Amino acid sequence: MGQLLRLTWLEIKIFLREPMGVIGTVGIPILMFVVTARLAGPHFSDPGMPRFMTSDLPVFGAVLTAISAVLSLIAIVAIYRDGGILKRLCATPLRPLTILGAQVMVKLLFTALTLAVMILAGRRYYPVGANVPLASFTVALLFATAAIVSMGFVIASLVPTARFAQPIGTVIMYPMLGFSGLFVPVEQLPPALHAVSRALPLTYAVSLLRGVWHGDGWGAHAGDAAALLVTFLLCAALSAKVFRWE
Amino acid sequence: MRAVAVTPLAAIRIAGIRKTYGRTIAVDDVSFDVEPGEIFGLIGPNGAGKTTTLECAEGLRTPDRGTIAVFGLDPVRDRRHLQDRIGVQLQQAQLQKRIKVGEAIRFWATLYRTSVDPDTLIDQLGLREKQDAWFMTLSGGQKQRLFIALALVHDPELVFLDELTTGLDPQARRTIWDLVRDLRRRGKTVCLTTHLMEEAERLCDRVAIIDHGRIVDIGRPPALIRKHCPERTVLVTLDEARAAEWFAAIPQVESVVPDGATYALRGRADDLVSAVIRCLADRHAHVLDFRTDVPTLEDVFLRLTGHAIRD
Repeated sequence: MGQLLRLTWLEIKIFLREPMGVIGTVGIPILMFVVTARLAGPHFSDPGMPRFMTSDLPVFGAVLTAISAVLSLIAIVAIYRDGGILKRLCATPLRPLTILGAQVMVKLLFTALTLAVMILAGRRYYPVGANVPLASFTVALLFATAAIVSMGFVIASLVPTARFAQPIGTVIMYPMLGFSGLFVPVEQLPPALHAVSRALPLTYAVSLLRGVWHGDGWGAHAGDAAALLVTFLLCAALSAKVFRWE
Repeated sequence: MRAVAVTPLAAIRIAGIRKTYGRTIAVDDVSFDVEPGEIFGLIGPNGAGKTTTLECAEGLRTPDRGTIAVFGLDPVRDRRHLQDRIGVQLQQAQLQKRIKVGEAIRFWATLYRTSVDPDTLIDQLGLREKQDAWFMTLSGGQKQRLFIALALVHDPELVFLDELTTGLDPQARRTIWDLVRDLRRRGKTVCLTTHLMEEAERLCDRVAIIDHGRIVDIGRPPALIRKHCPERTVLVTLDEARAAEWFAAIPQVESVVPDGATYALRGRADDLVSAVIRCLADRHAHVLDFRTDVPTLEDVFLRLTGHAIRD
């Protein structure tokens, strides 16, 4: 545990030394959130506005932040592998899970930080209800993030070199978001795409986050939570098998 | 292959290991012992199997066949126990681009049960001025000194150094050689790989010549040279009409090839050089130039494998 915390702290310091990385993973989601909130805020009750810009905005912000964090995680893991950094760390008493766990910790911390800033910034423009179940939403977000991170590790195992990490991750993650029901409700998608949508883990993440945000009980979303858990377990087992350290 | 000395105290004992990657045989039936306190070198061209052998001994790879004992322990199964006793420098390794030198050494020090004082180590390796510099800003020699520091941070008994000076300029190379000799002076055992024969000759107590995954011969560099390339050449330049006659009369000289005023005298005897000197002294010859051309490990490698090491 001590090693995990020390390595996480070291990686946080290293991450903060690269301005582009910080802007990309923390700045851009916050900026997008604030801009969307400012644009949509005055029309919040307008039924013509897309839901992801109004009532689903927190879900959009949360999922977007999680995905951008995981894309950066994929890139870092690929760079560490290409450069032999993973191998060098493996040749110390550090356990392999600690090495990767520290990267996940860094991303979780910055995701939490981004979301906290979003909530603070959004309060000016976004009519957050006082009765929003923040604790429940956080737990739901952890379920969603665990599934997305585990998918990230499968992708990180498959990308041939660091150059392809970010593009391949993007090409896999963002279309998933397109079919997740966040922008267009699943029911309004062409019937042929329903099955696709139901096969994608992000659909369950969006459904769970949206439901919990709007006050549904966990009972109503047990299926979503279970789907995310299964995704996590499958992807974790798969990446444990196929992950390449060099 | 020469039978290796059997002693229960070997720092590393490798017996008949084989490692394949797909259909490529990287290492085939490799055996050798590394004795405590020596600098042992695995020498051979790139792709000969040096790094694979070393990484098997470090516990980073598992051989398909054969056994390895490091201090009598299995490097893979007993990795946790061995980690405090061995130090590792990997070929072409990198660190995080923006990690600071001092930060890396101090972090590494926290990973082991015992460690030397990071500041002493920073001074020993001449990294004091660079301790706040990011890894990406270091020169090749500075990076290698940092990697040596990371390999030594827990004061290990056995240090693995893989292609330590590749890509460094001659001056940086000499600095690193001094560091390695210093390890031996402090009683450490060093197992290194190199494709630089000069490095092996200057640094190693014993070397194993490896080619296409197999060990060709093992021994002390001077002994290997005497065994495989016994012929020596003495080049004498002198202004003396009867010189060819004098030299032909020396029993140790097997051939005399004149080239203007310079004579190339070849022979295999250990005392060829002293015999030539004695002859010149007896005749009170006026010698303008005197050089010896002794074979090197490079010549041994060529003789044993039929190809040059850089092929």
